[in-house]
This record gives sequence, structure tokens and C-alpha cells, in this order.
Amino acid sequence: MRLALAATLALGALVATPAAQAAEQARLPAQSWPTDGVFGTFDRKQLQRGLKVYTTVCSACHGLRLVAYRSLVDIGLTPAEAKAVAAQKEVDDIGDDGQPKKRAADLKDRFVSPFPNAQAAKATHGTVPPDLSLIVKARKGGADYCHAILTGYSDPPKDWKHEDGKPMKLESGQNYNKYFPGNIIAMGQPLASDGQVEYGKDDPKPTIDQMARDVCAFLIWTSEPTMEERKRTGIKVVLFLLVFTGIFFVMYRRTWRNVH
Amino acid sequence: MSSAMQPAPQPRWMRWVESRLPIFGFLKDFNEYPTPKNLNYWWTFGSFAAITLVIMIVTGIVLAMHYTPHVDYAFESIERIVRDVNHGYLLRSVHANGGAMFFLAVYVHMFRGLYYGSYKPPREIVWWFGLVIFLLMMATAFMGYVLPWGQMSFWAAKVITSLFTAIPLVGTDITNWLWGGFAVDNPTLGRFFSLHYLLPFVIVGMVVLHIWSFHSVGNGNPLGIDVKSPKDTVPFHPYYTVKDVFCIGIFLLVWAVFVFFAPDYMGHPDNYIPADPLVTPSHIVPEWYFLPFYAILRATPDILFINAKLAGVLAMFASILLLFVLPWLDSSKVRSANYRPAYRVLFWILVADCIVLGFCGAYAPDEGVFRTASKAFTWLDLARIATAYYFLHFLILLPIVSRLEKPKQLPFSISEPVVKPAAARA
Repeated sequence: MRLALAATLALGALVATPAAQAAEQARLPAQSWPTDGVFGTFDRKQLQRGLKVYTTVCSACHGLRLVAYRSLVDIGLTPAEAKAVAAQKEVDDIGDDGQPKKRAADLKDRFVSPFPNAQAAKATHGTVPPDLSLIVKARKGGADYCHAILTGYSDPPKDWKHEDGKPMKLESGQNYNKYFPGNIIAMGQPLASDGQVEYGKDDPKPTIDQMARDVCAFLIWTSEPTMEERKRTGIKVVLFLLVFTGIFFVMYRRTWRNVH
Repeated sequence: MSSAMQPAPQPRWMRWVESRLPIFGFLKDFNEYPTPKNLNYWWTFGSFAAITLVIMIVTGIVLAMHYTPHVDYAFESIERIVRDVNHGYLLRSVHANGGAMFFLAVYVHMFRGLYYGSYKPPREIVWWFGLVIFLLMMATAFMGYVLPWGQMSFWAAKVITSLFTAIPLVGTDITNWLWGGFAVDNPTLGRFFSLHYLLPFVIVGMVVLHIWSFHSVGNGNPLGIDVKSPKDTVPFHPYYTVKDVFCIGIFLLVWAVFVFFAPDYMGHPDNYIPADPLVTPSHIVPEWYFLPFYAILRATPDILFINAKLAGVLAMFASILLLFVLPWLDSSKVRSANYRPAYRVLFWILVADCIVLGFCGAYAPDEGVFRTASKAFTWLDLARIATAYYFLHFLILLPIVSRLEKPKQLPFSISEPVVKPAAARA
């Protein structure tokens, strides 16, 4: 029995994992986030910095259509500040005369996407920049992957080759990224220099890594705004179930004591 | 029963109801139902399945109050549930992870049946009802997974419904009828939602029949021998009610750990991308509980005049349908594998084989199994071996072993193995 178990484990160690098979993908550097773990929480100052990075840099191409402007109150903005963020964009409306008109976006609206539809995005960029509302949940590796992409730009390696040995070269509109599957990404490096986004006096220095970290933390929030409530409730539920199971275990043993 | 143990006479209103509909007597029979006293923990998994069914129906009905079954709104309606509906994230997570927990409970429950001979006479019909429940669960889970209309939802729907085109002559017409059109689109989503709401209630009815059928012949037990006297049994309440509630506590703990601390662990990231018929995901995989069947589906080559696709469909359905004739494939009169040393070995090899099949379903068939650069031994090769062994087990090994093996000596009664050593010690 033990031999069978040992043999199985040994064989299992030899078996390729999907990660190893994904076209020799570069290993994602593990990051730590304030939201990690059973007791993880959001760092609201960081979320606000991330929002700033998003509105300054990312919102030019990427939408956030599942997030309502009113939700920004949950990351520490006052309703007036959230309304100010919203007012930078316009939404369609119908006037009292029945004619279509535009009005400033309000708390009740969701984030306005930079393009009205996929075709407009494609016409400008050649590809459709994905909406970022769920990007952390929609990618294997989550926030670690997103951070790796943002900081993984470089010149292609000197010995970059196709599978058949011919040397690879970047076409126009292509960029080399160490962590993107296939290494060729259409997005140009979005965070290209330190200080690209202005941070406040008390904030950490806006290095590329810091800005990437802040915007990824913000995207963790947009992917799951209810995370803190989920974990808090989870601790209570697990504690309750442990007590519940314990009590019923004792009842079970007492009930069965005199059987057999 | 001495008169000292008699409960107080029923209140008048209860007697009024009882004389018109004997519901209280019926429930009393359930409570006092004589259950073998030696049932082990493997017997609790049926109750896990039952409680999961109830929780899935309750969460599902509340989710359906907020969900929109239209291709343009389905994905966003679920995000709205998660973000804006009070405790919506909890409803969604319980329901999605509950599907996985349901299959976990049912797979253990089925393997318990295979080990202890729960399919043998007189319980063949219990086994058949159980298999029908399993098939209904698979249909329900498949359609439920399509409803979020993510990338995996859409492409799983496309792959599995396209299998029906494999039927000769009428395949394409049947598939178009199922789709409600010429491709997976809004009509498909609408009917999947309707049927996903319907089938769980069909499952409830089948569960009633399932329980009725083993109540009438009596539960199986780990020794596999019949109950000889009331001494071998205890009333279901309180003995097994308290045991089941205790074990359900553990089951709910496991479920809660997933719901609250790893809600997306069993899912696929691609399902958080809205469905796009023009973009195929790099790897289309079903949820883990379908992986063994997915492996069987992809394993078959062209066989004689049957093309590989049709062969795969037939093999996949055959892998479940042959379980219906299991009582005749395995004809041993001994029920419990505790007393069948040869069969016991085969059983555990089958468990390993099913797990291997599950891994085969998770990987791309043309990838190498081992961490070497060569593709000499691919997941497809392994899937073929594992699939062949699965059918070998049921169609060849079982009939031979069950007829030729020499089982161990069975105890006389359920009480005997425990009472006799105690008497010897006294």
C-alpha cells in the first residue's frame, strides 16, 4: 500500500503541469497583495491611487463598464469626488423634446468606455482593448499576471527565434513582453516612466512598479468589490460550523454509546 | 414496546388531519425506520447529496429572480447579482460551488455502491434510479454552466451540442432543432435556462423514488449480508439523524471554505470573459466533474466504419449506460468487497483509472505527459489506455472475476462479528 503511494507520488512529480506546458511561459513572479489571505483587506489609499492611474493612463483605451461611479464611495471617495470623476465623461440621454442629447455622467451611471463599440476600438487600435472590470479574475495568475504584464516590457532577446529556427522580429504595432503568452502584445508599454501619474505628498514614489502595483490592486477591487465582506462572513461561518459540527459530534457519540 | 415508552396520545387536530391524510404516521415510520446499525461513514454521502439538492434549488430560485436569460444581458445580470444584489455574491458562490460539491458527494456515493455491492439483488432498481439521477444531474450542470454566457459557457455549449451532428443521417437536423437555429445563440440560452430550472424538480421526484426503492427492500450495509432480526438495526431517528447532521457539518465546512476563501478555484478564468463566437479559447475544458467523460470522448480514433467523433460520443454514453447492466456483469452473490479480495483490487484500480481519466481530460491531447521535450507519450495515448481499461474492467474483468473468485467467509449476521468477540472476552 505504501509502495503504491510512493510510486504514485514519484510518478506524479514527473508529470508535466499545465503551467510548464504553456509554450515555455516565463514563471510569474509571486507578488503579495493587501487582499491576500483569509484576513485580507483593501488598502483604500492604494485603491484611490490605482483609480488615478486608471483615469490618467488606462481609461484612454480600456473600459470599466461593470463598475458604477457610486461604487467609488466604497474606496474612500466622497460622493462629490465620485461625481467629479463621473462628470469627466458624457452619456447618451433623451431630452424633454424627445431628441437624443448628451449629459454629464452621474453617480448612477457605470464607467463610460472609451469606445462606443468594438468596431470603433478596432479602427483606432487594430485590436479591441479588453474591458478591465473583471481582468484580474479573467486571467490565469490574476493580479500577479497583470502586474507582470505591466512591468514585463523589454527589448526582445538577441536569440529570439521561431520554432523552426528562423529569427523573430517585431512588426510595427507589436511589442515584446516577457510574460504575455506568445511574448508579442499589441499594447504599447502603458507605464513607461516614473512619475507618469502624480501622487500626493504622503504617497509612495510613483515608480513604474508602484503605479503598476496600485492599479492592479484597484483592479482586484473592480473584479470583486465584495471581497472584504466575503472573507469576514467566511470567518464567522467557518467558526459557526466548527462549533456546530463539534456539538453534533458529541451528540453522535452519546447517542451511539450503548449500541453494539 | 412497553406502555411506559408510548408517546402521549395525539392532540385532536393531529388526529383530524391523520384520519384524512396519514402524514404523521408516514413521518413516524421514517423516524422509526429500522436501519442496519453497522453503517459506516461512506453511507453519509447520500445525505450530503440530498442537502445539496435542497440548497441548490433554494439558491437557484433566488438567483433566477435576478438573472436575465438573453445573450446580451446574461453575463451582466450575473455581475449585477454579485455586485448589487444584497448577498448576491454569496448566492452565486454557493450555487456555483454547490454544483461541484453535489458531484463530489454523488461520485463518492456511487463508488460506495460499487464497493459494497449496492447494485446487487434486490437493489437493482435503486441503482437504476440513482443512475437516472446522475444523468439528470449531468444535464442540469451542463446547462447551468452555459447560463453565465462566458467564453467557456458558450464554447462548452457549442462543443457538446455539436456532438449530436455525429448521429448519421439526422444528426445536423437534430442539432439545429436543439439549438433553435443554425448555431448556439439566444434561443439556445433561453431553452437551457428553462430546462435548467425544470430538471432539478425532476431530480427531486427521482430522489423520492430512489429512497422509496431502498426503504422497501432495506438498506445495504458494509457486511453485505441481510438484516436477520431487529437486533441488527436501530431506528433511523435519533441514531442516523444525529450522525448525518454531524457529517453534514463537515461537508458544509468544506463547501464553506470554497465559497468564502476560494470561490473561483474550481472555475476557469476564461468564463469571466463575455462569450465571443468569433474567438476560440486556447483550451476548452469542462468543469472537473466532467473531465473523465471528456477524456473518453476525445480518446477514440476511427473504428471500422464509425468515424472518431461518433465513436467518442458512443463511448462516452456507453461508459454510463453499461452501469445499468452492472448487476449482470458482476454476478457474484457476495455483495461487500470486504469479503471479495480479488474484486477489491479491481475496484481500487478502477478508482485510480477514473482519476487518471480525469487528468487526461484536463490537458491538451497532443501534449506530452512527462516533463520531457519529446512528445513520445501524449495525454491522448494515456487517455486511450485508461479508456480501454475502463471498458475492460466492466466488460471482461468483472464477469470473469465474479464467476471465478473465491470470496472470504461471510459472518452469520450483522450483530454476530461484534457480539461474539465480546462474549469471548467476557
